[in-house]
Amino acid sequence: MSEITEAPKKYTKKDFESDQDVRWCPGCGDYAILSAIQKMMPDLGIPRENIVFISGIGCSSRFPYYMNTYGFHTIHGRAPAIATGLRLARPDLKVFVVTGDGDGLSIGGNHLLHVLRRNVNVTILLFNNRIYGLTKGQYSPTSELGKVTKSSPAGSADRPVSPCAFALGAGATFVARTVDRNVAYMEETLRRAAQHHGAAFVEILQNCNVYNDLAWNVLYDRESKIMNELRLEHGKPLLFGPVDDRHGLVLEGATPRVVRVKDAPESVLWVHDDGNTWKAHVLSQLWAPDFPIPIGILMQVEAPAYEEVLLEQERAAIAERGPGDVAKLLVSGDTWRIG
Amino acid sequence: MSDAVASPATAAKPRRQLDRAVVRFAGDSGDGMQVTGEQFATEAAWAGADLVTLPNFPAEIRAPAGTLFGVSSYQLQFGSRRVYTPGDRLDCLVAMNPAALKVHQRDLKDGGLLIVNTAAFEKKNLDRAGYTGNPLDDPALEDHYRLHKVDITRLTMDALEGLPLNVKEKERCKNFFSLGLVSWIYTRPIEPTVAWITKRFAKNPAFAEANTRALKAGYHYGETAEIFTECYGIEPAEMPPGLYRSITGNRALAWGILAAAERTKLTVVYGAYPITPASDVLHEISLHKRFGVRAIQAEDEIAAVGAIVGAAFGGAIGVCASSGPGIALKAEGMNLAVMAELPIVIFDVQRAGPSTGLPTKTEQADLLMALYGRNSESPVVVLAPMTPGDCFFVAYEAIRIALKYMVPVIVLSDGYLASGAEPWLIPDPKTLPDIPVSFRTNPEGFAPYVRDEATLARPWVRPGTAGLEHRIGGLEKENITGNVSYDADNHDLMVRLRAEKVRRVAQEIPPTTVNGPAAGDLLVVGWGSTYGTITAAVEEVQQSGKAVASVHLRHLNPLPPDLGQILRQYERILVPEVNSGQLVRILRAEYLVDAVGFNRVRGLPLSTEEVREAIDQLLKDKR
Ligand SMILES: Cc1ncc(C[n+]2csc(CCOP(=O)(O)OP(=O)(O)O)c2C)c(N)n1
Ligand code: SF4
Ligand SMILES: [Mg+2]
Repeated sequence: MSEITEAPKKYTKKDFESDQDVRWCPGCGDYAILSAIQKMMPDLGIPRENIVFISGIGCSSRFPYYMNTYGFHTIHGRAPAIATGLRLARPDLKVFVVTGDGDGLSIGGNHLLHVLRRNVNVTILLFNNRIYGLTKGQYSPTSELGKVTKSSPAGSADRPVSPCAFALGAGATFVARTVDRNVAYMEETLRRAAQHHGAAFVEILQNCNVYNDLAWNVLYDRESKIMNELRLEHGKPLLFGPVDDRHGLVLEGATPRVVRVKDAPESVLWVHDDGNTWKAHVLSQLWAPDFPIPIGILMQVEAPAYEEVLLEQERAAIAERGPGDVAKLLVSGDTWRIG
Repeated sequence: MSDAVASPATAAKPRRQLDRAVVRFAGDSGDGMQVTGEQFATEAAWAGADLVTLPNFPAEIRAPAGTLFGVSSYQLQFGSRRVYTPGDRLDCLVAMNPAALKVHQRDLKDGGLLIVNTAAFEKKNLDRAGYTGNPLDDPALEDHYRLHKVDITRLTMDALEGLPLNVKEKERCKNFFSLGLVSWIYTRPIEPTVAWITKRFAKNPAFAEANTRALKAGYHYGETAEIFTECYGIEPAEMPPGLYRSITGNRALAWGILAAAERTKLTVVYGAYPITPASDVLHEISLHKRFGVRAIQAEDEIAAVGAIVGAAFGGAIGVCASSGPGIALKAEGMNLAVMAELPIVIFDVQRAGPSTGLPTKTEQADLLMALYGRNSESPVVVLAPMTPGDCFFVAYEAIRIALKYMVPVIVLSDGYLASGAEPWLIPDPKTLPDIPVSFRTNPEGFAPYVRDEATLARPWVRPGTAGLEHRIGGLEKENITGNVSYDADNHDLMVRLRAEKVRRVAQEIPPTTVNGPAAGDLLVVGWGSTYGTITAAVEEVQQSGKAVASVHLRHLNPLPPDLGQILRQYERILVPEVNSGQLVRILRAEYLVDAVGFNRVRGLPLSTEEVREAIDQLLKDKR
């Protein structure tokens, strides 16, 4: 539907920086994400005025203020619904949704579910810091069981949800995970997400250095990262571990298992196929310490986008009977004349 | 009621002229009473009567047969003079089973016509209705009413003999027998119903034939059966000339949106989550994709309002409809539109009770919620249609105001208007007021909250406009720049500006129509769906020479600028409402007048009789 006639001018990162002072805490992982997104935007080749960032409420949701595009900082949890209405009204716009683990999975879990299952053509970035940042540090739906916070001094009793597993369960057509401290890789994943047709979901593991510092340390720490980070590459075996002792994954039936590469014939190794929805479900369940944490695109498949189906119905109705005419509608059906 | 005996040219039996009649069809929810009533209304309208209808159906989808709570009914008043209400007391009641008799008998006038289907008065149905004996055997029934015991079921079966239908299918045609009979009694033409049946059952000629036969059999039964000694004629009403149709409030709301979409050439996004009695707006809208109205059945009411706020941000018209429980959920979404100063329209088709309440019953108790039911200072425009047909104009006007002032507008309809129908003089859409739309495109001097001098509206910018990229949101913002601001004085200023913007909508309100003397003993003030009842009651009182007038408010926020002046011309002020006294509080607070309420909260419209009595009482109490 995008009717871009002239080739957009060549942008640089600077073109996407707004005049607002960025107000996150110094050291917050959100800075790296902002920078990665601003850097990746020129690659999309979309005129700046056709881009809209929609967010809910939370530290993460301040994001739109810092992008020199159109932006709407809305209501806690409701950004997916607002973005859906915007896409339906304006399918010519490129729409991003920025949300947090609380915003997207607690108060807005319902809307996130529906924007994904409808496959609305939006790029959803969920900043997962495993904490409620803006409200100063309560546990969130992604906090680990037993998490001690201000609102859970004895440890939280809530079992956490996996955002990627949630997204897959909801029927998302693009699901990926990235880490704020791996800027280059994050940029690449975000670009692929933004280029996806349909609802693209990216969980960005983000550090809240004030209320939940180093929650993702398994993936930050040089040492532990080696055994805990599983880089997903389409068409390549799932490998991790030290260079001299690579580990791999194999699937036995539906059950994943870790093997030492040197002990296993290459033919049994699980080769990543990002078009395989079944295996994506298994991938989304892998978590440390029993398994390495998958980073990258878990799955991407094509499906019709919600608003395009509706618009096609509109076009078909007009093609069949012509555009609506209110004067004719008012006199349709039973009428009678007086006088 | 003036009764004059006329000599009928065609009917063999004498025909008495009436100037109005109130008829109710009642039966089991499976008896087809809604169709019967709707068709009778169509016949009455064809014959030129003015009319108002009142459908009433159980909340349960498939209520057990024969039970009291499974009774479904359809009432209408039609007449040769202006008809304002579906009528209080019945001239004629058709009871298709014992439960229907039990529920509705008390509404029948003494001496009224009571037609019962005797076949349904058997042990099982009597038990289910809680009768210990057969009420038809009670001589008191015949003393009070003109009782006609008709074996409608058997007469229908006889009429359908030889048709290739089974017993059950044949029996189901009995409502058309009743319709035929009542059509004869009130000399209504059955042609429109025959045409309707033919169309409705086009794919099933046997059913078409059966229902037509049942209808005609009922009509002829009236003509020939000895128990009916007379029939009634009602002259066509004097109505403004033109082309008419029947319209319900919900359909009118939907069509009002379509008219605004056509006029503005803007896309409309309609967000909804199903809820009685608002769902029919969604159903109607969904039929009309050709008009550029994009309906989204959202996951809940929060998402529905969110979607339309998103659409409004995108430069489209955002509209959603719901009822009480759903409107409660929309509060935060509406407040985002208040802060972001975006145009959205919310229809609240009010229903009765807090929580789930009485979903299928009517009430006017969301007025204070519409005005004040959101956190902090949250001014929005509130409008209320007066009749089903008025819903069309008010929906259109709501969109016009929302776009002109960049404000949310709430429209308070209700269950009574939603499904009630009236003959509607079809307007020419060209005569509707213009809705000018101008999107800001000039970057020079642009800021998201620079304001129009006359309306205080901020510019509407379509994303996609180069050079106007900007960010807005629910955080308080600095006036003009729209930058996030925690400044104390700025907040105070913004609170005032948002209120003043809504206040200025008063410029749009035409002079208030006073029905009756411009000054006098008593003024009745109403709003919304009580229009018909109040007007009928006031006209009755006026006929007895009393200095009583009424005004009916379509604008509840802001109130009409001339209202204070009008209120002061009367000694007493009466405010009838289907709530515990909401508008009356506002009038007292706003104008310091000693207005008194008349309040009944039964899930039903007020009756003309009780409003008239309240007027009489207040006149008597006059200081
Ligand atoms: C209706 C409502 N309830 C509660 C809040 C308070 N609130 C604001 S942000 C937030 C949690 C944010 O957590 P998350 O989405 O994880 O964002 P983060 O700040 O961690 O980026 C809460 C509870 C609110 N703004 N609105
Ligand atoms: S509280 Fe945490 S998430 Fe919020 S800005 Fe500070 S560091 Fe970042
Ligand atoms: Mg968080």
